[in-house]
Amino acid sequence: MVTVTTPLKAESRDLNFIYNGGIHALKGINMPLYEKKITALIGPSGCGKSTFLRCFNRMHDLYPGNKYQGQIVMHPDNTNVLDAGVDPIEVRMRISMVFQKPNPFPKSIYENVAYGLRVRGERNKRIIDDKVEEALKGAAIWDEVKDRLHDLAFNLSGGQQQRLCIARALATDPEIMLFDEPTSALDPIATANIEELMTELRDKLTILVVTHNMQQAARISDYTAYMYLGEMVEYGDTDRIFTNPTRKETEDYITGKFG
Amino acid sequence: MNTEASTLKDLDAVRSMIKRHKLNDYLFGAVGLSFIILILLTLLVLFIDLIMDGYPKLMSWDFFSSFPSRRAANAGLLSALVGSALVMIITFVSAVPMGVAAAIYLEEYAKKNWLSEVIEVNVTNLAAVPSIIYGLLALGLFVYILDFGTSILTAGLTLGLLILPVVIVATREAIRGIPVAIREAAYAVGATKWQVVSQHVVRYATGGILTGVIIGMARAIGETAPVITIGALTFIAFLPPSPVTTSAPFLNFDWLWSGFTVLPIQMFSWLSRPGADFHVNAAAAGAVIIVVTLLMNGIAIKMRYNIRKKIKWQ
Repeated sequence: MVTVTTPLKAESRDLNFIYNGGIHALKGINMPLYEKKITALIGPSGCGKSTFLRCFNRMHDLYPGNKYQGQIVMHPDNTNVLDAGVDPIEVRMRISMVFQKPNPFPKSIYENVAYGLRVRGERNKRIIDDKVEEALKGAAIWDEVKDRLHDLAFNLSGGQQQRLCIARALATDPEIMLFDEPTSALDPIATANIEELMTELRDKLTILVVTHNMQQAARISDYTAYMYLGEMVEYGDTDRIFTNPTRKETEDYITGKFG
Repeated sequence: MNTEASTLKDLDAVRSMIKRHKLNDYLFGAVGLSFIILILLTLLVLFIDLIMDGYPKLMSWDFFSSFPSRRAANAGLLSALVGSALVMIITFVSAVPMGVAAAIYLEEYAKKNWLSEVIEVNVTNLAAVPSIIYGLLALGLFVYILDFGTSILTAGLTLGLLILPVVIVATREAIRGIPVAIREAAYAVGATKWQVVSQHVVRYATGGILTGVIIGMARAIGETAPVITIGALTFIAFLPPSPVTTSAPFLNFDWLWSGFTVLPIQMFSWLSRPGADFHVNAAAAGAVIIVVTLLMNGIAIKMRYNIRKKIKWQ
């Protein structure tokens, strides 16, 4: 029998995060991120799950006075993305993000997807065309938009806009994709589409998703982390977390006694 | 106790209370509406009065194609129209790039500390400084120190200085209107600050920026005090050298140094003459200034409407 060990894509080592006002939002977070797996972060609002997610692509750098302590190390190159010597732009070129509310640019569908490539200096129209098509197919929206690539993205429905944002994040071949409550602004059908899409994306890349919806975490993720008050209470296989949590707090949260 | 009766009684009380409270709505509506009508009516009467007084002049093409003259019947607006147009070009070229750049820097690049607070407060205050003060500053700086003379260049730069705070404030407001989510989206795909600013923020804020620019220009075109302060002449019977020529290099910048007059100064000069016949000219010039200003504001409103229709933030 062969033991298959899943390779690590990234890991958070003793991560602390302090917001500008002095709020200590993350306290000593240790968590692995396995390659080509979906890891879900769950927990009540304000527990720090979005803050944790936004450390991975250094979004906190956009606002002055925020402080990281500890490391988020990417494998196999062992780059600590939080290192002051690592440019946050370099990090964002490797780790892309999908936001809570669909946030397409007020540009055409095509330009939305092409933007990441343009930022990377790609000028060859044929390469951009191919990449845009590939990304839109990867985000399961190609058939709906292929005849109107030059329409404004705002004319799409909410669910289509979110898949467009996924295509935008996908076009640049990221190693990790971050999802910050990607379905919280969508109706149940659009939510189901996005969830199906995420499980398909798992073949290509590593996913970290924040969700306030426990059923969603149970449905799509391979690993689940439960966070509370800035601490990682429990981390493990999704099946085990939901059937046999070791910590009382986790059990209370997932059974609905608390939260 | 009969519950049904008491419920009915309460309902009556609630209804009369709502009626009483709603009375305030009607009262305020009526007061507000009458104020608005009063203001609009005053302006309308003023405008109609100007048009009626200046009617004979406004109806003749000669008024727009003649130079000023000692005889009111022959006097026209030509040099003032051309002067205003050329001065506005300089105002636009000097104030818009600088104002937009300053606003972008303050909003996107500058660190938020006490210094940026002081600058912010002062820029807003500058918009409220009386225009004649700008005239004095320009007289010292452009006319005496830099020796530009009483030229189109001096007037354009003076008015440019005057509307700079307006442009800065309008641009900052427009930039602030761009949702954080759009900025974060651009940063998240790996854009630099300059890419985010130039490819997103400024583009989506163009409507607001243009509105501010046009409103500033509309203010500048009617300004009299600073232009008089720098020593603009009131009787100009020639046109500045043409900016375009028929031979290479086809552009000529001699007009920058030319003497000039502008619409409000021409109006002021006619107004200060004794004799009712010149007052007809003044009224006609006033009507022209108002129409130009209203047109510019109208364009600004239309532009903002068009862009808002295209870009709607969720």
